Amino acid sequence: MLEHMALNMEETVSVILFGIGFTILLLHQNLIKKIMGMNIMDTAVYLFLAAKGYISDRMVPIVVDGIQDVSAYINPVPSGLVLTGIVVSVSTTALMLALTIRLYERYGSLDLDQILLRVKEDERT
Amino acid sequence: MSRKKDNYDQSRWLKFKNWVDGDVDLLAKGMEARVPDGNTDGSGWTHGAQSLEAYEAAQEEELKKLPIFAKGFDPSVDHGLALFRKFYRFLSVLLCGSLILVLLWTVAYLPIFGNAGNPDNNEVSARYIERGLQETGAVNIVTGMILDYRAFDTFGESCVLFIASCCVLVLLRIDASSKDKQTEKRRKEAAYDRLYEPKNDIILQKCACILVPVILIFGIYIVLNGHLSPGGGFSGGAVLGSGLILYLNAFGFQKTERFFTETVYRRTTLCALTFYCLAKSYSFFTGANHLDSGIPLGTPGAILSSGLILPLNICVGLVVACTMYAFYTLFRKGGM
Repeated sequence: MLEHMALNMEETVSVILFGIGFTILLLHQNLIKKIMGMNIMDTAVYLFLAAKGYISDRMVPIVVDGIQDVSAYINPVPSGLVLTGIVVSVSTTALMLALTIRLYERYGSLDLDQILLRVKEDERT
Repeated sequence: MSRKKDNYDQSRWLKFKNWVDGDVDLLAKGMEARVPDGNTDGSGWTHGAQSLEAYEAAQEEELKKLPIFAKGFDPSVDHGLALFRKFYRFLSVLLCGSLILVLLWTVAYLPIFGNAGNPDNNEVSARYIERGLQETGAVNIVTGMILDYRAFDTFGESCVLFIASCCVLVLLRIDASSKDKQTEKRRKEAAYDRLYEPKNDIILQKCACILVPVILIFGIYIVLNGHLSPGGGFSGGAVLGSGLILYLNAFGFQKTERFFTETVYRRTTLCALTFYCLAKSYSFFTGANHLDSGIPLGTPGAILSSGLILPLNICVGLVVACTMYAFYTLFRKGGM
């Protein structure tokens, strides 16, 4: 199992990165750090996809000298998927940051516990 | 010799233009909007307080109201809460550890990295590589894939970006005519946010003078060469947007508002997305009905080649550049 993981180094690293991002998402109370954790998870997914598309000793999928043999280029599909992922993650990050700014303006804190306390206080009054 | 039509006020074009520019309030007649009440209730935010001291004093006043400074708030005293936190931490570490272990176990059964016989290198990617150049005319197979075979997906992506910028606009926009306390406070903060930074920084301005044209030209190059070399609308648009942001940081809003306002943003995005939608609808319609679309593919490798990919790349680049710039201005001062 360990040798296989060493052969699949990129996938292993991306899985560990995903776990780190998920841990940050769960353990940190600060909303900005939660967003960072989310972004680390995104990055791990890109690394995984890019690693899946790679084939050793082959070129990037840009046709040179009219060579159109399958054995000359790497798999172009995961590259397109990574592109989609990056755009969506930029959008969601911007949306999350905007929501965080509004929460901070309303409750004066980035700490999730304090925000919840303030919400309860507001409900009582 | 242009003459305004007699009934220009009633014309469809004017209505459309007003709709694009946002001059009409669509909710004015149909929906009952609740006006937030209570202008100022003595919390320090009067309309005329301009000086920095008044602002800082009021800021401290606000800070004292926070729950951290309130009496009786001490999370360490509450034993139940502390116990719950420990339990929660323990459980989250356990969950994350087991998640990593399960995923690592899966990785151990994945096909070997970089092997040509892996199951994801199937007939789909083979088809893209073997016929991509003839069918799309793009030398860059990835661009040919995302802007021709899977163009509808890319259209959705551009729309996701546009919708995200709309949501950020809804959340962060400061309405100039609004009078309520919260908006008033945000407007003050936006006005004072660059108080401690140097204005008209000469080093930044000189660097920006040299860098901004280079960045913009590089961005345009990436967008226009999307079908020939690595790059395309998304990366080129991001470079263009960053160039605009650098220009804004060096010279301030007065200079950028000469050529980039909210109206320009709306018009550019609407035109780009509409053109993308119409162009791809046309090519999908003709393709699905086995008609000849009549769009020449050109010689592969030339800049004017590969049919619709070049205009679509320009559209995507415009949308991305505008969105990046809009994100920055909204986060900085709540408006464009």
